[in-house]
Amino acid sequence: MLDSSTPIQWLGADILTTLVFLPSLGALLLLLLPNGAKNAIRAVALLASGATFALSVLVLQRFNPAIAGLEAFRPLLVDRPWIPRFGIRYLLGVDGLSLILVVLTTLLTLCVLVFSFGQTIPKLRGYVAAFLVLETGMIGSLVALDAVLFYVFWEVMLVPMYFIIGIWGGKRRIYATMKFVLFTLAGSLLMFVAILFASGVHAKATGILTFSLLEWIPAASSGAWSLTASEQALLFWAFALAFLVKVPLWPLHTWLPDAHVEAPTGGSIILAGVLLKLGTYGLLRFAIPLFPGAAARYTPLIAVLALIGVVYGAWVAAAQKDMKKLVAYSSVSHLALVVLGIFAGNVTAVSGAVMQMVGHGLTTGLLFLLVGVLYERRHTREMADYGGVASQVPVTTTLFVIAMLGSVGLPGLNGFVGEFLILAGVFKANVWWAAFAATGLILGAIYLLTLTQKVFWGPNRVEANLGLTDINGWELAGALPMIVLVVVLGVWPQPVLDLVRNSVETVVQIASVRMVP
Amino acid sequence: MALPFPLSDLLVILPELILSELALGILLWAAVVKRERERALAWASLASLAIAAALLPVAASFAGELPRSAFGGMIALDGFSLFFKALTLLAAAVTILFSLRFVGTSPYPGGEYYALLLLTTVGMMFMASGTHLVSIYVALELMALSQYVLAGYFKQETKSVEAAAKYFVLGAFSSGVLLYGLSLVYGATGTLSLGGVSAALEAAPRSTLLMVGVVLVACGMLFKVASAPFHVWAPDVYEGAPTPVSAFFAVGPKLAAYAIFARIFFDGFGPRSDDWAPVLAASAALTMVVGNVGALMQTNVKRLLGYSSIGHAGYALLGLLAYRAGGAAGQPEAFGLWAILFYLTAYLLMTFGAFGLVVLLEAKGYATESVDDFNGLWKRNPLAAGAMVVFLLSLAGIPPTAGFVGKYLLFSAALKAGWPALVVLGVLMSAVSLFYYFRIVRAMYLVDGEGEVRWREEPAVAVAVGLCFAGTLAFGVLPQPLIALAKSCLLP
Repeated sequence: MLDSSTPIQWLGADILTTLVFLPSLGALLLLLLPNGAKNAIRAVALLASGATFALSVLVLQRFNPAIAGLEAFRPLLVDRPWIPRFGIRYLLGVDGLSLILVVLTTLLTLCVLVFSFGQTIPKLRGYVAAFLVLETGMIGSLVALDAVLFYVFWEVMLVPMYFIIGIWGGKRRIYATMKFVLFTLAGSLLMFVAILFASGVHAKATGILTFSLLEWIPAASSGAWSLTASEQALLFWAFALAFLVKVPLWPLHTWLPDAHVEAPTGGSIILAGVLLKLGTYGLLRFAIPLFPGAAARYTPLIAVLALIGVVYGAWVAAAQKDMKKLVAYSSVSHLALVVLGIFAGNVTAVSGAVMQMVGHGLTTGLLFLLVGVLYERRHTREMADYGGVASQVPVTTTLFVIAMLGSVGLPGLNGFVGEFLILAGVFKANVWWAAFAATGLILGAIYLLTLTQKVFWGPNRVEANLGLTDINGWELAGALPMIVLVVVLGVWPQPVLDLVRNSVETVVQIASVRMVP
Repeated sequence: MALPFPLSDLLVILPELILSELALGILLWAAVVKRERERALAWASLASLAIAAALLPVAASFAGELPRSAFGGMIALDGFSLFFKALTLLAAAVTILFSLRFVGTSPYPGGEYYALLLLTTVGMMFMASGTHLVSIYVALELMALSQYVLAGYFKQETKSVEAAAKYFVLGAFSSGVLLYGLSLVYGATGTLSLGGVSAALEAAPRSTLLMVGVVLVACGMLFKVASAPFHVWAPDVYEGAPTPVSAFFAVGPKLAAYAIFARIFFDGFGPRSDDWAPVLAASAALTMVVGNVGALMQTNVKRLLGYSSIGHAGYALLGLLAYRAGGAAGQPEAFGLWAILFYLTAYLLMTFGAFGLVVLLEAKGYATESVDDFNGLWKRNPLAAGAMVVFLLSLAGIPPTAGFVGKYLLFSAALKAGWPALVVLGVLMSAVSLFYYFRIVRAMYLVDGEGEVRWREEPAVAVAVGLCFAGTLAFGVLPQPLIALAKSCLLP
């Protein structure tokens, strides 16, 4: 039926395997270099992350978005036995949803590394290596279709992030990184038990011991899995909690402001840009398709939490004096809106949610990046220490304003597309939810505009800011691709929507079956 | 004179016999060797272990069809015992590598040290083979007596002597409890061979005598594997004993104890599993909590590893509980048992790795290894710090390491056997464990400043740690060969 049913071979291995492990190869290469060889380290970093990005674009090009359903994974599928005794497979595949996030991941990692060359970063070799290992974990989590393999990559992400916050972070970095690890781990260990339990029930019901989503999802939607209602509920929550901690949904969000504030700029960008999205991705890939009945039953509860999150995040953000903390809380608010869109359960809202996942990654990543530019020069993130710096740093200001407007959701920039679709979809699902969520967006406009005004406009009150230098070449090179995409995807979002349409429809269709036993 | 057993039975215990002879030979040699030539004894001991290991397949092939029973049912050679014997030999070999310099620079002659280590290994090998309560007990005592001496070998160190005294008193007490339990079982069933006990239990009605006997045996065994509430001796002994000896205590005796634990309870008390399973389940729950929560408070790395090893004993108990998981038509599939075999192998690799780094990085003498000593190690020795991270992640059960696969097997076996609450508890405790394991990571990477730790030039230890490191990662990424091996060892 499909001419591309054989896996595309690349450098003697499957293309997705190469994509996953190429960054780690770069990290290994770094170990051979002496710590002081700055230019060599930079070259390896650029080569590894650049090649990974190029490879992800190649996959994007080879991917056929026209295939619907689970068949979408088929053309690029990598399927090998890993631990045959327990039916665990080395199973990699992409559909539109994972692919767009993979490209976002490779792009942001490249941008972060390029950006970091413009900043003073001690122990650069370790820093770059940590990001490259992290990239392997992130891509692996996105393309793994075997639940155990997914769990392995999911945990692999934890370690480099622990070091990124813990070594290169701010004053309270040790507290922040410990909190981050323990919150995430508590959630993911529950998921681990759920994976074991789910496979046991599946094996009993169907006689096949497997962890493959390609088997689990059909079994779940056809009812062959024969989970009782309470089993479904428990499993759903075990998965959902792991992902909602990562998102993070109110009231599980408390690790996020600490982690964001203490993380180095690059860490914040990746955290906001990719790691949080893995939470929402997990909901779409695991929690909802595997347990649609329980997902439907608890949708009202999660929607209420998300609505609280939208307003609470915005409200708290408005009260912040620290720029990074403000952006961090704005993430809480924006991601809650994404969760709301996911659980609204129609194609419009879920497409919007995916669009917003990409959009938020770009705009919030940019905001963190630009705050990082200021922090690098003045070593303070307090808004009160700035004011009227637009005349000193015109380029930074321009970029910041674009990113800020994208985040607010100005039409013509990419934030608008996502928010609009989510609200339109949520409106169809429940008018009150939509009305409530919209207020959060208004608040969002208020605090982000206030932030811009306090920092960049007005009179220059602080003398130390007079010597402020503008964004430098490396930093700008890191920021530019993101800015370009903010604009391009705002004006012309159709390619992304086309890419993810089939994945979104599949999820929505599975969720709408709503098998409540 | 007619022997009470066929001569070919001796071939079944060929590795043990040869190893005993070599150990005694080393003891004699030690009496005449000069102090500065003692290192030769260590190499001879290593060679003895290698010979014993090489003889394992020889014995297996002489024995013919496995499992092969010998000496009137006292001893059996089967895949299970071969696996454990190989592990104990490996444990002893690693311990010798760890001890080379330590013994060489101590004021005490090293000959007896190596001989005792070999003799305790012989005891452990017999334990793995024992199929009769008497042979099991005698083997256990051979192992334990040598270990009491090893714990106090460096007799001018107060802490070492204290550790030895504690170990001896509590060990002797637990042996007494075990022996008393065995005698009650004998009283109730009239036999001491495991097969006989099993058959008698199948037929016999429930009796208080038997119940008390089984529970006392369980208590004795829980003592030996350092499970709560019989665990208090372990951290003190691990802290007080010289580090190479602590490393050995944390691994070797536990392996052997798990071997006889499984043997007694499955082959012997199997028919009464409904009676003893709740006892073990309660102990497993308590052990996981006590070990992991106890470790949270520790500032001494050896004590921390001691408590963590208590927690690991709790996880391994899950495997014992899950022995009969998935058995079709009354045939035990022994999933739990493979899980234990895999887990103990992983445990050996990662525990030796972590202890090995403590040996390599000793600060002042052998007594104090505070977590703070590791401060800023990353900058001075990135290789050691990186290896330590891998061992700690493996101990915490984070992929892609052998510890993760081991825990995965144990937990899924326990789930299959119907102990979901214990699995959830185990998982929660794994999260707790990450907290204290990461305190060491934190000290090495995140805390600035100079720790007291100095890197020792000890190639032998470095090689051993390197092997543990490779194994921990390799069995984490590609566990299938080891799983297949464990599986093939359990099927006749």
